Amino acid sequence: MSLTDVLAMLVTDHTLRTVSLGSGLVGVVSGSLGCYAYLRKQGMMGAIVAHSSLFGITVAFLLGSLIGGRVAPIQFALPGALIGGVLSMALVSLIVHSTSIKVDTAMGIALALLFGGGVFLLRIIQSLALPGHRGLRDFLFGQAATMTTADLATIVGFSVIGLTVVILMWKEFKLHTFDPGFAASIGYPMHRLDQLLLATIVLGVVVGLRTVGVILMVSLLVCPAAAARQWTRRLGSMMVLAALFGMLSGVVGAVVSAVVRNLPTGPVISLVATALVLVSLVAAPRRGLVAGALRRAANRRRFGVLPPDPGMHDRAAGEGEP
Amino acid sequence: MSGDAAIRIRDLTVAYHEAPVLWDIDLDVPSGTIMGIVGPNGSGKSTLIKSIMGIVEPAGGEILVFGKPFSAQRKRVGYVPQRTSVDWDFPTTVLDVVLMGTYGSLGWFRRPGRDQINAALHAIERVGMSDYVDRQISELSGGQQQRTFLARALVQQAEIYLMDEPFQGVDARTERAIVEILREMRRLGRTLVIVHHDLQTVSHYFDLVTLLNIRVIATGPVGDVFHDENLRKTYGGGQEFSLRR
Repeated sequence: MSLTDVLAMLVTDHTLRTVSLGSGLVGVVSGSLGCYAYLRKQGMMGAIVAHSSLFGITVAFLLGSLIGGRVAPIQFALPGALIGGVLSMALVSLIVHSTSIKVDTAMGIALALLFGGGVFLLRIIQSLALPGHRGLRDFLFGQAATMTTADLATIVGFSVIGLTVVILMWKEFKLHTFDPGFAASIGYPMHRLDQLLLATIVLGVVVGLRTVGVILMVSLLVCPAAAARQWTRRLGSMMVLAALFGMLSGVVGAVVSAVVRNLPTGPVISLVATALVLVSLVAAPRRGLVAGALRRAANRRRFGVLPPDPGMHDRAAGEGEP
Repeated sequence: MSGDAAIRIRDLTVAYHEAPVLWDIDLDVPSGTIMGIVGPNGSGKSTLIKSIMGIVEPAGGEILVFGKPFSAQRKRVGYVPQRTSVDWDFPTTVLDVVLMGTYGSLGWFRRPGRDQINAALHAIERVGMSDYVDRQISELSGGQQQRTFLARALVQQAEIYLMDEPFQGVDARTERAIVEILREMRRLGRTLVIVHHDLQTVSHYFDLVTLLNIRVIATGPVGDVFHDENLRKTYGGGQEFSLRR
């Protein structure tokens, strides 16, 4: 199929339109909310939340099947994912506060327990052949092609909530992330802001689980943000660009996996997102590797020596003292 | 002295995991003075400042700011955190950081407008950073970062300022500029409490000094309490300290 065929299908084909709209929106939300995961150095937290949500998804599905009723069990998946994600955060903080285990190990333990539990329950559900269990498999590597109008409505709902919170709390989230000590001094409730920010990031993870899958979801959270940071100097423009990068990854992933048979969406989205990071790292002005090499070459010509690379501080976290 | 004390601390004790960080602190900071807080690493200097602002929860004791609890006086207190406590690679500009000084008076959800931007530009001018208004903060030198933080504090228009090592890692020119601004603030009746580590400059910069090492070793006018014996008590007996170069 040629590119023009695909573009024509985007306009005429109702399913493909729904699928790209949904995946694009997922990219917008995860990409922009992911900026906070990036800036707060909580990218791995996103991976833990995503993996752990599989436990919530499968438990919710089992409960849904047990209750029966008219609602398909798969409809319980997203609320379950939210609970599973929050549970993993709670577990990490419980381990850190009540034992001597440090946070990175605690995250590993939470992931091991909840993702392991999730995969285990998934196998049980599959062997029981509960009605609708095929839909659950999409949550592993993501499948945009089977997206329905109801799924799209859920994504729109999550997006509106997530983006509204970020816009309303714009200056509060920004100050709390940049300088928590100063934020506390002017009376910001640290603990509640922490929780709200974390909840917002969890929302950015959960919204894309069905499209990207629990295993690769973190890529749509951190890659657009990491790529956008290379090109921008302000939080606002970083978020807008991350949203665009996320949308691009989402739409390309959805279309490619819809056109190619048996190709899950998650890996395609991840590859597009990481390609955007790679290009940004190399080509971005000021912070890019090419710009850095040019700067060093210019310095060599001017001074005949090799002064320390001023861009190095830019890339390294922590204090920069050019 | 308690009548015009800007800050009055009684029996303050702070503990982390049951180990005391501050023990039984009594301290009065008279209004309109510059007080330096000195002591070795881990002596609780930053913790003292943070507990005044309620960022650190004390195990006991009382802290009054102009006679009332801090929570009732929040807008009268400005804060300059340690420069190294934040990630300067955050995507933002000098103007934006200085504007954060207006957030306290803005309240929830409201964004800074014309008035706030003008106030921020004025503060940036006072610290001599007008050429760097739109500069990305990751491109600033240590001294410029410190000036930016100072400008943010000026925008708060507070009466008391708590500053955590404002001279740390800054160039000599910036240090002189900051001292000049601090003296001007005192002329305007502000009260300044400054965590400091360079003992050589204490008598030049401060009216009062508090020597701290978990407990208050001594507090009072620099001429009265800042001598070798108190320094030995603060920094440990084994070391020899002399203020005479």
